[in-house]
Amino acid sequence: MRRRLVTVLLAVVTAILVTPAVAVADTQGGETLNGQIRKPETVAGIDITVFQGDEEIGTATTDSEGRWEVALPGPGNYRVVLDEESVPDEFVVADQPGAEHADVNVRPGQQRTVIFVLAYADEASTEPSPSQSSDDADDGAGAAASDTEDGLAAPGVSSNASFGTKAIQLTVAGLLYGLIIAISAVGLSLIFGTTKLTNFAHGDMVTFGALMALLVSGMTLFAGLHTAVTNLLADVWLLGPVLGFVTRPMVLGTVVAVLLGAALGAFLERFIWRPLRKRNVALIQMFIVSIGLAMVLRHVLMVAFGSNRMSYPDFQLQAMLRLGPIAITPRDLVLMILSVLVLVGVAALLQFTRVGKAMRAVSDNRDLAESSGINVDRVTLYVWTLGGALTALGGVFYGLNQIVHWQMGFHLLLLMFAAVILGGLGTAYGAMVGGLIIGLVAQLSTLWFPSQLMNAWALGLMIIMLLVRPQGILGRRERVG
Amino acid sequence: MDILQVLADATRSAIGPVAAVYALAAIGLNMHFGYTGLLNFGQVGFMLVGGYGVAVSVSTFGLPLGVGFLIGIASAVALALVLGLPTLRLRADYLAITTIAVAEVARLIYRAEFLRDITGGVYGLQSFSTAFYQWNPFPSGTYGFGWLSFSARDLWVMTVTWGLVLVGSAVMWLLIHSPWGRVIKGIREDEDAVRSLGKNVFVYKMQSLIIGGVFGALAGAMLVVNQQTITPDQFMPQVTFYLWAILLLGGAGRTLGPVLGSVVMWFLLSVTDSVLRQLIATDVITFIASSEIGGVRHALVGVALLVLIIFRPQGLIGNRKEMLINVK
Amino acid sequence: MSSDVNGATVDRMAGVDPLPGVAKPDPILVVDGVRRSFGGLTAVDVEHLEVQRGTITALIGPNGAGKSTLFNLLTGFDRVDSGTWTFQGKQLNGLGGHRIAREGMVRTFQLTKALTRLTVMENMLLAAPGQTGERILGSFLRPQWRKQEEANRARAEQLLERFKLLAKKDEMAGSLSGGQRKLLEMARALMVNPTMIMLDEPMAGVNPALVQSLLEHITALRDEGMTVLFVEHDMDVIMGISDWIVVLSEGKVIAEGRPSDIRADQRVIDAYLGSGYEESGREPQTDTGESHE
Repeated sequence: MRRRLVTVLLAVVTAILVTPAVAVADTQGGETLNGQIRKPETVAGIDITVFQGDEEIGTATTDSEGRWEVALPGPGNYRVVLDEESVPDEFVVADQPGAEHADVNVRPGQQRTVIFVLAYADEASTEPSPSQSSDDADDGAGAAASDTEDGLAAPGVSSNASFGTKAIQLTVAGLLYGLIIAISAVGLSLIFGTTKLTNFAHGDMVTFGALMALLVSGMTLFAGLHTAVTNLLADVWLLGPVLGFVTRPMVLGTVVAVLLGAALGAFLERFIWRPLRKRNVALIQMFIVSIGLAMVLRHVLMVAFGSNRMSYPDFQLQAMLRLGPIAITPRDLVLMILSVLVLVGVAALLQFTRVGKAMRAVSDNRDLAESSGINVDRVTLYVWTLGGALTALGGVFYGLNQIVHWQMGFHLLLLMFAAVILGGLGTAYGAMVGGLIIGLVAQLSTLWFPSQLMNAWALGLMIIMLLVRPQGILGRRERVG
Repeated sequence: MDILQVLADATRSAIGPVAAVYALAAIGLNMHFGYTGLLNFGQVGFMLVGGYGVAVSVSTFGLPLGVGFLIGIASAVALALVLGLPTLRLRADYLAITTIAVAEVARLIYRAEFLRDITGGVYGLQSFSTAFYQWNPFPSGTYGFGWLSFSARDLWVMTVTWGLVLVGSAVMWLLIHSPWGRVIKGIREDEDAVRSLGKNVFVYKMQSLIIGGVFGALAGAMLVVNQQTITPDQFMPQVTFYLWAILLLGGAGRTLGPVLGSVVMWFLLSVTDSVLRQLIATDVITFIASSEIGGVRHALVGVALLVLIIFRPQGLIGNRKEMLINVK
Repeated sequence: MSSDVNGATVDRMAGVDPLPGVAKPDPILVVDGVRRSFGGLTAVDVEHLEVQRGTITALIGPNGAGKSTLFNLLTGFDRVDSGTWTFQGKQLNGLGGHRIAREGMVRTFQLTKALTRLTVMENMLLAAPGQTGERILGSFLRPQWRKQEEANRARAEQLLERFKLLAKKDEMAGSLSGGQRKLLEMARALMVNPTMIMLDEPMAGVNPALVQSLLEHITALRDEGMTVLFVEHDMDVIMGISDWIVVLSEGKVIAEGRPSDIRADQRVIDAYLGSGYEESGREPQTDTGESHE
């Protein structure tokens, strides 16, 4: 079972076309069998042969992207065999679904995907990047959904770990997961509070942040800057290492991503939401606008960055630190500390600064705030800016902890909704509390239940909350009537 | 570029079985949003349980296809209850969030490893629709003329699915033009007012959710019967957003809105697809790979949704005056 | 302006002392210990209150006194923290808004809730009770509900005639003016066949010419035997037509009595002139529930 969790899921491959594309396939003609085999990177050079009865129909070898395709003479039943000899030594073919699909039915015009799964030959080889997440879908098939998070359950939990150790490890993983959800969800909650808008595009703002950091951290310019600084200041006490760290491409990338996220938030508010509010567009319509916006943003990012799973070049492959019963990578530890600092910072901002107080006032009662002289439009702009920045940061952290993928934000969105509803729609602190609970529940559920369902438990909790206390933990009972 | 070929493909797509399936599911969504004002963003969840109702019953348990359809419908009723009980008393956006979340949870459960023996996990199920094609009354061959011809199989699927669309539209018309429909429309306008007149708003909303959900389940069942296979990952949230775009394009709150919307939508999608494909093939467009056409198409549907809801919320056949009255 | 309406020379409340919580000879509505608070702020805290059958009773008080909240609680549109109330001897607490309406206690809203994309006639027909065609299966049996529909239509036309809306019956309710919507809402409430009608600020935002006509409609309802409880701001209006006035301040009943009693009551004057204006700083906050309905 452990082997399944840590290794098999690391290498699942599917390439299922998006549903609507099924319709198009009907009109394209030309039956084929195809698929894609990828490790965290893709695996090329694997031979796959298609038979009908005993007759060999065709052979294909996976290309540099792990893709293969065999054209068929027509619809019918086929046998697809993966040549185990051609699999590189470090991999083996996973037991499920094995190296042979005996009875693959292809109907007229179908371009059918056949799934082969590889696993690492040596389980130990997965240890260096334990929270490197699993891999499966592309092309819009969100198989990514569950399996992406499966990897998260893994850190440092060895197969023979006792229940107690596992519980501690999962608590740590859950806290980190929860903190990331909380950071991203605070903006969602504040935006809801100030404008009553449920922003469906929030998840894709997470993806935006993560991808911007990827873009920037990959730029040679910054790599060059980093080398220059470290070389120049290598011998300077304190300043050298500090500047060396600060100019690491990933750190700079994070900063730029947060700034761009803030800019995106401000841009959306200034050029979409404010004009719509001025036009007196009804909330339900705004709601649908945010869905349209989400679809545009998500798929533009997909076309621009591709549908592959990526990871940041920096801070990968770290050795575990052992702190008593807890094993954690330095990266995750730093992420946790930074997340706590950021949340405390946001709380301080809301509690003690003028802008923060104004945000809470608008969130509490927009009309009252307006009548008491607060410039509501400006405060809303600040909220979107802050929300955009936090969301981008959440995206970078999520990407560091797991992987970067064009659908990462959408999956986080549902958990953010759960967090926000759990804590109380519209309250910033509620989003923080809710985020932590959701993260913990999702992770700890894997102690007893299949990890594929970890998000299902978190969302189930949200539904129970709606039944019992719809206003959330920190929300106030609403006035009706 | 072969424009005639593009148009021919688009026409086939517009009257094909998939357009009919989407029309059927959008009829359900029209019940929810167009008439009752319920924000259901999880219609794909109803399609999923409907599709699996058929596939699991027949493929896994060896039940007759007809029983499979009934089980699919029963699953939709159960899903509507799960969705409605916690949320229908709350503000509209809670239902929106819950529906999208529950549809996604349902997908996660149906693809989960521990149910593999029943649902086939991520690989889904096949060979459950043989009976359907055995009932095909059309002798095999090609029907139609020239570019607009369909195989006997396609014709049979189309006849049944468009037949369901027709029956569905008629049922919807009867329901809406009755005192029941008046209450439903009243709830869309202002549920507190309707409650103050002694109507049990919760029950009406639940009935609406169930009816619309059953249409979704039928659509899901016909979708997988047409494909002859089912996989969980074809039931992504995007499907729901397509349905919304279809409904808003055709005109929400109109009996024929979803039907017209689906036909026009699939025509346009097919045209953009073919044009993009041809442009890429001839290297006119180089920044998009052909594998990314699906993504571009999703983005275009997103744009359509945005533009429609802001500038033409009444869709193609809605009444603009009626729509404007509703805005605040 | 209210002199002619004020032809209520009959004292329908004869022999009742003007004291908060006083017992009435024939109460239709009895409220006991109803409390409701919002985040620590007590909005309503009514010890005991009775409403006399067949009278016009007005509920007044400064902004944020809890009038609308009390209204919402009694009609089942909000849930009480504690307390009970009975209507015609039947305990109503815990019942939903629609059940209370079916018991015969029908309300209107401060901001009119015309069903804008339905016609005026559809608005009326919707309100008719006990329609078989409103059941999901019944809706398919057209011949079954046809007859009932015709009867309801006839009754709706009478009511529309009375409220001078008959000419508009096929227009969308959304196209009516503010005053006409108020009239439609009242007519629609009557379609339910209520024994008691609860009007939430029926004169708010109505032009003065129409106020007079609304007042006549209200007194006519009482004269037909209906009980009317209404919330109102405008003192002149209240004094003119009410048989009895209940004054609410900070959620509590501070005074009750005939218009003449209330006019002379020092506590009422204090409540209106004192708390209403001096603490204007927090006034809007406590008022949100009312302005947001």
